[in-house]
Amino acid sequence: MRVAKSVPFGIAAAALLLAVVTHMAVGARPVSFAEVLRAFTEFDPSVIEHQVVRALRLPRALIAIFAGAALGLAGAVVQGVTRNPLADPGILGLLHGGALAVVIGIGVLGLAEPTWIPAFAAAGALASGVIVWGISRAAPGGATPMTLILSGAAVTAFLAALMMIANLLNETAFQSLRIWLTGTLSGSTLTQFYWALPWGVLGAGLSLMLARQITALAIGDDAALGLGINIAKLRLLGLLAVVLLTGAAIAVAGPLGFVGLVVPHVARMLIGADYRYVVPLSALLGALLLVVADIAARTLLAPTEISTGIILAIIGGPVFVWLVRARL
Amino acid sequence: MAQSDSAEFFAARGLFSGYNGKQVLHGIDLTVGRGEFVALIGPNGCGKSTLLKTMARVLVPQAGDVQLRGASIHQTASKDVAKSLALLPQSPITPDALTVRELVAQGRFPHQSLLRQWTSADATAVDRAMQATAVTEFADRVVSTLSGGQRQRCWIAMTLAQDTDLILLDEPTTYLDLKVQIDVMTLLSRIVAQGRTLIVVLHELNLAAAFADRIVMMRDGRIVKDGTAIECMTAELLKSVFDLNARVIADPETGRPVCIPLTRDAA
Repeated sequence: MRVAKSVPFGIAAAALLLAVVTHMAVGARPVSFAEVLRAFTEFDPSVIEHQVVRALRLPRALIAIFAGAALGLAGAVVQGVTRNPLADPGILGLLHGGALAVVIGIGVLGLAEPTWIPAFAAAGALASGVIVWGISRAAPGGATPMTLILSGAAVTAFLAALMMIANLLNETAFQSLRIWLTGTLSGSTLTQFYWALPWGVLGAGLSLMLARQITALAIGDDAALGLGINIAKLRLLGLLAVVLLTGAAIAVAGPLGFVGLVVPHVARMLIGADYRYVVPLSALLGALLLVVADIAARTLLAPTEISTGIILAIIGGPVFVWLVRARL
Repeated sequence: MAQSDSAEFFAARGLFSGYNGKQVLHGIDLTVGRGEFVALIGPNGCGKSTLLKTMARVLVPQAGDVQLRGASIHQTASKDVAKSLALLPQSPITPDALTVRELVAQGRFPHQSLLRQWTSADATAVDRAMQATAVTEFADRVVSTLSGGQRQRCWIAMTLAQDTDLILLDEPTTYLDLKVQIDVMTLLSRIVAQGRTLIVVLHELNLAAAFADRIVMMRDGRIVKDGTAIECMTAELLKSVFDLNARVIADPETGRPVCIPLTRDAA
């Protein structure tokens, strides 16, 4: 049993390592794999390749790993606590809520320092999550997968309209945010990353702590309650973890969709229904997916860069259709 | 002292309960002793499931209290209650990819904490529960691929792994073939014989009469009759509680009462 569970982790970790090295090797100035590794093992400041790898490409790779892992974790937790295989920070309106809050913070209130962005993104994600949950609970039949997705779609459309208004009110400030709003890793700085890091670490720790209870929640509210699980508290802490993680991801990469939706499904296919394994594997696979998508974003139309979020949507759209057809 | 302790093992006192603001139970007093096998029966909507859910703390009573060994279960930490009281709800969800062993292992949740994760005591309890319910041979199969009867045995194994004195089951035989219903009830009898206390909501009168030590008949949110199978399964009570015209005969082998509904002259 133990051996079988460790195999997907080993493969995912190896694939991630390979993807990260590739990520740092490709670009306007291609660097060989060996040279990428040497930039870490025998760093020589006079070698320009080493400088490019360490100063330019490493930060972007770190941010891709961080945002991907955060979104993978957020997706796993939100699917588990809502018992909804179609839940994800994007579909439930959290990404748009977080993004809108950042747009308001930067574009309207003029807060440009990276210090505030994770807090704004998390607060926005929380507000939209609460609204979506509230609407779907008020629907006849309560918060079912269907009502959650419908209210998520409605709230997302509404938030998109608000974003358009913000755009019209302050076009110059919005111009700089336009690419960010499609979800991109270009232009993200290590300062942003450091400010987002504690939010992500806190969210990840909370997710891992809740994993065991999330598995038990899958057998139904009454049965989980019979095991002594405080369901309201679990859902609340789960939402908190998702909000922290989503806020952290938005702060470094903008609203990136589909990672949180697709990754937990792949994790469950590989490792089963025990969230003590699904949660950490989702972090690894989320990082892997985002690093690979970012490689594509940087190379497909080089020298022009495509937004990573657009690449994810191109991959994610068909996968979503497949999920709805095959798994529901 | 020991005797009164056993009599006060598990009790509902002056219980009023319901859901969505509706009152379903109107003052229930029920005391269950250690080692009893109690069946709750009654027509649809009589409140038997509501009573079970309130006694399992799924529902919070509007008035009254449920006490386990003298302590209110609604005021004790839920995880501590779960060390003494297990619940099998009526239709638990069978998760997609969960294996039998993983499902049964969920029963160990109340005995674990962040610092005290999986121990050999947990593994032993899971193995024992799977043996007692004869599911060991499917231990590594996915629960949702098993038959209804096999699945129900897995759920019962989960409650056994919880290692509680008291187990509450809500209609554990519903949707099962007759033969499988008998298997499940036989398994429950064996669990009682091993010293546990069971309270079971049952739909099937003859199963209750054949297996339970004690039958509690309910109607309109009140207990109408509480006694042995022979005391409860009478034509008069079946008529007054269930509106059922039936003849009651004794099983020639066990002497337990069997109810035969009258089909020709029901009017």
